[in-house]
Amino acid sequence: MKKKNLIAVIVTGVLVGFAGVFLMIKGNPGNMGFCIACFLRDIAGALKLHTAPVVQYARPEVIGIIFGSFLISLITREFRARGGSSPLTRFFLGFMVMIGALVFLGCPLRMVLRMAAGDLNAWIALIGFVIGVFIGTLFLRNGFSLGRTYAKNPLEGAIVPVLQIPLFIMLLVASPLLAFSEKGPGSMHANIWLALILSLAVGVIGQRSRICMAGGFRDVFMIKEFHLFWGNIAILVVALVYNLINSSFKLSIAGQPIAHDEWLWNILGMLIVGLGSVLLGGCPMRQLILAGTGNTDSGIAVLGLVAGAAFAHNFGLASGGVSIVDGVRTGGTTANGRIAAIVCIVVMLIIGFAYSKKAAKSK
Amino acid sequence: MKTVDTRGLSCPEPVLLVRKAIMEGEYPFVVLVDDATPYENIRRYATNNGHKFEVVEEDGEYKFTFTE
Repeated sequence: MKKKNLIAVIVTGVLVGFAGVFLMIKGNPGNMGFCIACFLRDIAGALKLHTAPVVQYARPEVIGIIFGSFLISLITREFRARGGSSPLTRFFLGFMVMIGALVFLGCPLRMVLRMAAGDLNAWIALIGFVIGVFIGTLFLRNGFSLGRTYAKNPLEGAIVPVLQIPLFIMLLVASPLLAFSEKGPGSMHANIWLALILSLAVGVIGQRSRICMAGGFRDVFMIKEFHLFWGNIAILVVALVYNLINSSFKLSIAGQPIAHDEWLWNILGMLIVGLGSVLLGGCPMRQLILAGTGNTDSGIAVLGLVAGAAFAHNFGLASGGVSIVDGVRTGGTTANGRIAAIVCIVVMLIIGFAYSKKAAKSK
Repeated sequence: MKTVDTRGLSCPEPVLLVRKAIMEGEYPFVVLVDDATPYENIRRYATNNGHKFEVVEEDGEYKFTFTE
């Protein structure tokens, strides 16, 4: 069983690493073949929850991952509606994870894809991600727990996966109810069916392998278990090789697509993502996959991610990719985003302490 | 017999509770699991670290009995 699971994790990593570069070549934004945070942000824009005109598109990649996980969990009878583990706290953890991701400009998956394309800002952000995960493991060691989940009506667990169907149909028919970016990253996308098929495959195999970007580091820190970590390495290696073959590897800090070079905020942004992901029990990609298996707490976390994206753009918290035109530099972090990042770290630490104490008392 | 009830807990809490029980050393003890992911994690952790156990599945729930 040990070898079978390890192979499944590595195969998932290979598929994600391949798709991450392939979908970029086929039209997705630079170093953004796959990015759960960016794509949920684009979906929030498509639903007009925010009105940033350059990031509005109902990304089929998110739809595919959730639905792929849903289908395979029905087939393997692992689909089980469950929830009730501090849902509101999970909503706000998802909300804050998104703010951290949009300060950095990417989820852990895009961080690795950026690393594999030579973006040194992402390598710097990795420091923050690892520190965030490590802080999360300290809380876990002190009994951090958001509480138990309980069985729910199957319909409750099916809501998030089934909602992907009307969203996909609206995307397919280019429904006027949705917003579609005409320029910027939201206007850049691969063929809908290609993206859907690849992400369905990621959802299926990701559900089987339990791949998790935060879990990889977490398990190394906590139980010296490298099983999930190999998935992260597989994504990095495959995407790196593919970028080298495709001549899309460029080792630099400046001039990277949809990125900024403010190292402190890259570190702090990903620290929030790493810490929040451990407190939630999984990275944004894992939350999508769990939501597909009927875990309504993860469904709530996904809604928190979407709401966080909407707020991040409505309140000017999201960073912008740096560009220099005629010597004038635009993009980077915003003052609101920097303040929000500090607030998120403080609130997450409060949550970490509060639920650790509760767990200790109840034992 | 001591029972470690991990049902409904998020990863990695189940495997951490099992590790704690192993470190306390009160064998035999029972571990209740209600999800495939923590079942696999506990099984992998115990196997990798040389602990002896038996496991039975019933209605999607797993019952480990750790003997040493």
